[in-house]
Amino acid sequence: MASYFLRRLLMAIPVMFFVALFVFLLLRLTPGDPAQAIAGDQATPAQLEAIRENLGLDKPLANQFATWLGGMAGGDFGHSLISQRPVLEMIGQRIGPTLALAVMAMIFTVVISLPLGVLAAWRHGGMVDRFVMALSVVGFSVPIFVIGYVLIAVFAVDLKWFPVQGYKPLAEGFGPFIHRILLPGLALSTFYIALVSRMTRASMLEVLREDYVRTARAKGLGERIVLFRHALRNAAIPILTVVGTGFAMMVSGVVVTETVFNIPGLGRLVIDGVLARDYPLIQAIILLTAGAYVLINLLIDLSYALSDPRIRYQ
Amino acid sequence: MTIRFKTFGAAALLAGSLHALPAFAETTINAVMQAPLRTLDPILSTAQIVRTHGFMVFDTLLGMDAKYNPKPQMADYAVSDDKLTYTLTLRDGLKWHDGTPVTAEDCVASLKRWAANDGAGRTMMAHVASIEASSDKVLVIKLAKPFGQVLELLAKPSPVPPFMMPKRLAETPAGKQITEMVGSGPFKFVAAEYRPGDQAVYVKNADYKPRSEPMSWTAGGKVVNVDKVVWKAMPDMQTSINALQSGDVDLIEQVTIDLLPLLKANDEIKTDAINALGSQVTGRFNHRLPPFDNPKVRQAAMYALDQEQLMQTAIGDSQYYKLCASDYGCDVPLASDAGSEYLKGSAKERMAKAKELLKASGYDGTPVLMMQPTDLTILSTQPIVAAERLREAGFKVDVAAMDWATLQSRKNSTQPVAQGGWNMLFTYWGVAGIWNPTVHALLDGSGSDTAWSGWPRSARVEELRNAYLTAATLDDQKKIAKEIQQIAYDEGFYFNAGEFQAVAAWRTKLKNLQPGPLTLFWGVSK
Repeated sequence: MASYFLRRLLMAIPVMFFVALFVFLLLRLTPGDPAQAIAGDQATPAQLEAIRENLGLDKPLANQFATWLGGMAGGDFGHSLISQRPVLEMIGQRIGPTLALAVMAMIFTVVISLPLGVLAAWRHGGMVDRFVMALSVVGFSVPIFVIGYVLIAVFAVDLKWFPVQGYKPLAEGFGPFIHRILLPGLALSTFYIALVSRMTRASMLEVLREDYVRTARAKGLGERIVLFRHALRNAAIPILTVVGTGFAMMVSGVVVTETVFNIPGLGRLVIDGVLARDYPLIQAIILLTAGAYVLINLLIDLSYALSDPRIRYQ
Repeated sequence: MTIRFKTFGAAALLAGSLHALPAFAETTINAVMQAPLRTLDPILSTAQIVRTHGFMVFDTLLGMDAKYNPKPQMADYAVSDDKLTYTLTLRDGLKWHDGTPVTAEDCVASLKRWAANDGAGRTMMAHVASIEASSDKVLVIKLAKPFGQVLELLAKPSPVPPFMMPKRLAETPAGKQITEMVGSGPFKFVAAEYRPGDQAVYVKNADYKPRSEPMSWTAGGKVVNVDKVVWKAMPDMQTSINALQSGDVDLIEQVTIDLLPLLKANDEIKTDAINALGSQVTGRFNHRLPPFDNPKVRQAAMYALDQEQLMQTAIGDSQYYKLCASDYGCDVPLASDAGSEYLKGSAKERMAKAKELLKASGYDGTPVLMMQPTDLTILSTQPIVAAERLREAGFKVDVAAMDWATLQSRKNSTQPVAQGGWNMLFTYWGVAGIWNPTVHALLDGSGSDTAWSGWPRSARVEELRNAYLTAATLDDQKKIAKEIQQIAYDEGFYFNAGEFQAVAAWRTKLKNLQPGPLTLFWGVSK
């Protein structure tokens, strides 16, 4: 298992290199000028040139790429062209809210979607199944921003149970933290609840037809044990895959939820970076996100072995 | 015994309640500003939000009052009889935020940095023989030739005001941003709480000594009545409005006009234009490329475009926009109706004139590439409306949708359209940045590469702009400004598409919000 883990990590190095090269070139080919973002609309060509020179943007692309790679090898992801702050510090300021939001959404997803999916499969074709499927269609179809606005209108504006916007870190107390993260977490989770409950239902339906389930029932096991110990465990691999990649998607796709609920997370930082053509910031975020995807995929693969003893990695 | 117990109980309750209170009640204004603060150097950036940040942290030698007069702020001034020597004496007790005293040497270095980065500052420096500190508190500006705008430029609030900073910061190399926010202004910047693009925090500068005169725009006493100001960026206007209604924020600097009805029903919220000067929307032609290299084609376009249609589409509510011919702003001292013949009559009548002019111009059907920024609400509709009007007049128009960053970069291109050039774009300018021919970048008639994009060329305009610098009286200035405006219309420097007001919304517990050329956080209390 350890050698497999190490081998997969080593395989990630060329992947990350090509991601870095691709992102670097893509950004340089995108029209726009960071110097203009710094100096504003009324800067003269001479001022823009001075800023470009100062930022090293006048150097050949190969030099710029080599400087960036060299810095990263030493753990330095560079400084933001716009704010002049270290990009890792900026990411550090913003990753907490995004992770908190993604974890909260994932908790909602797992807690709600797994029982719903199992229930729908168990009562396949019945009212419960139709109800769960109808809910999942709603979850897939209604955009997150609409769900967010509806939740705010009902629970924050009318009932005043929650604040309308903002974020408090856990360091300021569990109460304020959970009070502000519940609604956005719920809004973000709706799509994933729909996805995972459908996936759970489909996977469970397949497993429930297997002989060993019939055997379990025949030997007189309770329905709960049949469903959750025998069926769900065997249906877990596709569900784990969806939950794992879903978490990665949440982290990299929370921008709408962050905007609607005014959460100062990574999604808004990316948008800011793109609009201002802040190359080092965007490069660092994309590279770290790609790294997170590689790691999460690896963890998903490893988790298969935990849920299915037949799977062994060497 | 009972009495003693009660006394003890009361004392305990009192102590408990005192303990529950904070040491002092901190007053904080939470404000949603019109744009996120991503950079901090107010000399290197011309962005409105960076300028407002500059006025929080830094101070200027002179301020501009509500009657457009330069007034002493950090310094009192004296002008020699021949108007070639300006002596500025720093007032007592000025300190930088790091506790060191403000010196004339610092101010000399600051003025030099400002002049290197500001168009009007560069014009002034072309007339200056020397700027020197004659003592710790006195700096002297000696002119080599007459220049009547020194005081106005030292007091100007836009686009790049001459902010003062310590010499060590002012000597930062050209093109490099300062990131250490040490000024002498009424607020101190809290670097530890700054999140670029999301949050900026300012606390009251306890060492700041306001002037004794009443405040008026950026002049007079900058008396701070709150302990802290927090700027929050909220990219979604509906979220901002929810936050204002719930009391999470106290002020939204700029509300989208079509959402104002949501706030007007709430009697705890006021809405009004606190920025006394509006912003002018401008349609700029590229004079270097066909078809707008032909003055007759530009004239046809000037008649085809319609102020009211452009404003109606972008702003909607006529309460918040003005239609006037003045290129310097509708309500400034230099405002005049020169060129108004291009705006008179009905849209239909002007369209007929446009068609006639275009036919006579020899227009060969070269398509007009109109750039449209899709991510800037205030400027996303004008290109569509303008393109329709131009098509109706007989132009071929291609609208190229792009984000604002791409547009800003592309507007600097002097290449043909096929190689990344452009023919027309819309932008907007705060009136504080265009209110006279010296600062108005679109009235630069030099046609040089260093001019703002569009590059019109007119020797007469340049002659007049130079004459304006030495004009002795306001009447002389008005006369010159009027002639420049008339030429700008006739030559199609740009189309003045009207002036709109930014509307702010705030909770009524904020008192004494003062109008100004920017949002002012001194004078206000909560």
